Amino acid sequence: MEQNLFETERHDDTIKDQYLTFAIEDEDYGVEIAYVKEIIKMQSITKVPEMPSFIEGIINLRGDLIGVLDVRKRFGKMPKEHDEETCIIVLSYSDYTLGMIVDAVQETAIIPEDRISAPPSAKLSYANQFVRNIGRVGDEVKLLMDVERFLAQD
Amino acid sequence: MSDFDRESMLEMFIFEMTQLVDQLESTIVQSESEYNIDQINEIFRIMHTIKGSSAMMMFDNIAGVGHSIEDLFYYLREENPKNLDYKRLSDHVLSGADFVKEELAKIQNGEKADGDGTELSKTIDKFLQQIKGKEAPAAAPAKASAPAPAATPAPASTPAAPPPVVELPISSTAGDYMHKYKLKIHFQDGCEMENIRAYTLVHNLQEIASDITHVPHDVIDEETIPIIRRDGFYAEFSSANDYHFIHSHLSSTVYLRELTLEEVEGDIVTPVVADAPVVQTTVEAPPVTAPEDISPIAPPPTEAAIDAAQKKGTASHMISVNVSKLDALLNLMGELVISEAMVTQNSELDGLQLESFNKETRQLRKIISNLQQTVMGMRMVPLSATFFRMHRIVRDMCRQLDKDVQLDIIGEETEVDKNIIEHIADPIMHIIRNSIDHGIELKEERAKTDKSSKARVLLEAKNAGGDVLIIIKDDGRGINTEKVLKKAKANGLTSKPDSEYTDREIQQFIFLPGFSTNEQVTAYSGRGVGMDVVSSNLEIVGGTALVDSVPGEGTTFTLKIPLTLAIIEGMSVLVAGAQYTIPIVHIIKSFKAQQENLFTDPSGNEMITERGEIFNIVRLHEFFNIDGAVTDVCEGTLIMLENGEHVVCLLVDDLIGQQQAVVKSMPKYFRKVRGLSGCTLLGNGDISLIIDVAGFFDK
Repeated sequence: MEQNLFETERHDDTIKDQYLTFAIEDEDYGVEIAYVKEIIKMQSITKVPEMPSFIEGIINLRGDLIGVLDVRKRFGKMPKEHDEETCIIVLSYSDYTLGMIVDAVQETAIIPEDRISAPPSAKLSYANQFVRNIGRVGDEVKLLMDVERFLAQD
Repeated sequence: MSDFDRESMLEMFIFEMTQLVDQLESTIVQSESEYNIDQINEIFRIMHTIKGSSAMMMFDNIAGVGHSIEDLFYYLREENPKNLDYKRLSDHVLSGADFVKEELAKIQNGEKADGDGTELSKTIDKFLQQIKGKEAPAAAPAKASAPAPAATPAPASTPAAPPPVVELPISSTAGDYMHKYKLKIHFQDGCEMENIRAYTLVHNLQEIASDITHVPHDVIDEETIPIIRRDGFYAEFSSANDYHFIHSHLSSTVYLRELTLEEVEGDIVTPVVADAPVVQTTVEAPPVTAPEDISPIAPPPTEAAIDAAQKKGTASHMISVNVSKLDALLNLMGELVISEAMVTQNSELDGLQLESFNKETRQLRKIISNLQQTVMGMRMVPLSATFFRMHRIVRDMCRQLDKDVQLDIIGEETEVDKNIIEHIADPIMHIIRNSIDHGIELKEERAKTDKSSKARVLLEAKNAGGDVLIIIKDDGRGINTEKVLKKAKANGLTSKPDSEYTDREIQQFIFLPGFSTNEQVTAYSGRGVGMDVVSSNLEIVGGTALVDSVPGEGTTFTLKIPLTLAIIEGMSVLVAGAQYTIPIVHIIKSFKAQQENLFTDPSGNEMITERGEIFNIVRLHEFFNIDGAVTDVCEGTLIMLENGEHVVCLLVDDLIGQQQAVVKSMPKYFRKVRGLSGCTLLGNGDISLIIDVAGFFDK
């Protein structure tokens, strides 16, 4: 048991402060690595009727059926034709698993806590409700997503 | 004992005890007004087993209570007193059963079973004394010759004249009684490190014994090895456990050649070199009676014992398996079904002439479907245990609320998947509570009606297609729709003018969270939780609840639950390029429509006449708002679906074929869609959505 605790802590340490960054339109977003299960290429998505427009459908990820949404549509931006760079980031938190379609995945960046600040209180955009913090990598700004809220939102 | 052993033993223990307690409750509730000799024997036997098992697992508090009740029934069995207060007797036994249940729950949750049963034991003992007191004058002459029963408080003179049979090694009574033992051990020749083995032995003993002394004393010292080899290893100790327990504990020592365990009376004397022949693995009978003799008067093999032996005979044909193993098996089964489809419908086979291959795959499919049925059958459990548990609830509530209710059970042999049973026990209980608390009138009120004074609650289960219906029907006052509507309005649950609500719609309000019309909160209901547990629990297993009530005549709850969750036989259909799966149990037939049979009613509903009957047409693409589907009814295919007594014709583009579907739930992120119950993986890895036929009807 003690051994286990130690392992988890060390595990947490190695991925602490690490963010996967991706692009939506002109904005850069980041999600904590701990929530990212994997990144997959676009594949055929089975449509589900009577769903909100931003929900694309279900994909088969090695036998697991996972819901997929389009982040552009979710954040109220214009949809874009999927191209070579388009991919799906599979996020998981507790027993929620969800794939989100993003324009392009950029890199994993280390953003230490002192480079992270709360977002300005003025409402930036509709996406604001899912942006928890703002991180800076060099002179670039990354909008850090509140994954738990994003996934638990029905 | 290693942790592993104890874990698996605990599991068995809990399983066994739960069954026993259930059995006990149903026996008592069935025979509350008067116990016949069979029932007394039965209860005696159950309590005896409970006591024995829990003493073995060292739950002394449970064993203590078990012992008291056992004493009580021992007396009843032997003396068969008349004019007992059976109601009080039942109360005592049931509170004992509750105690055991509580402790079991603690053990199951990994807590310590620390409940104090002494108070309960005392009450029960007192009750026994009372019965005896009442009986004494009448039975005195007869009893004079018989030896006093076990539980009679020992008169002052008893200790002076101990009966030939000495103190019993029952752990339950042994809370403070320590048995003293002498032990001699020889290890096998050439096993080496005898001193360390002796040390380990002593270490193991410390878990169950105290005051351990041993010769040679300093076993860590290697010089003792030759001594142990030559003379063996002696130990003396005290323990609260009985002879058999210690003996089996020690027998597991490795490299054991001889083991001599002896129980000694009084103080331990200095080691006597055992001159008794020790060439034996089991010892000569210890100077105590075996724990089977629960009373000093060794009873002849009773009916109970014979019965138990017979039961053992049938039990050997059953094994109990952990549900998680069955779940794993079922998952594998699902994988197998999918991969069979992947192989036999592989696209690389398209266009090939494969006569023998097709023949073999048919055989394979047959075997797999047999296998699947067997696996599913293993998980099917009759509802009887769940149903009979309700007797207890009805009984308790009747006592508390002073109502007279008879519970009738029909169809308890109906089988349902194990996973589903877990989710419906609570809903059934809540509905029954609700019926008795709210539905059944108080005695005075009921007397004013022309109903019989004994109220009835009917609990019925039956198969209906791929579903099981559970019907709970009472003959109480029915649901007061006015009151419900008022309450619903007050809670902001209504969405249209009052006059537009039908009685049926109003009645469904009671399943919403936070709803209770009973002004007074009682011990059983009124807090508004409960009925929404019904609907939420049923939702998990894909079931539905319906209520139908006639004021003054009673209320009927109908729970519709699927037989099984896991694998369904489905028909794949195509709509706008996407596949959907329809459970085959709902399909009557499929056919092509003829233009002359189609017509539209004034409000735009499409209908078709088929063999003289008229059916509504539902277009799947319209129902789900899908673009690109076949819109000409004659061009597509109609599938006639039934759900209960309702029938519709569903328009799809085309049929693909019959297929077994492993049901998977929709991703959690998605909201529930009417008309869809889940999704499934097809042989080629594609996903198909499973149609919930009921969705087309409850508009």
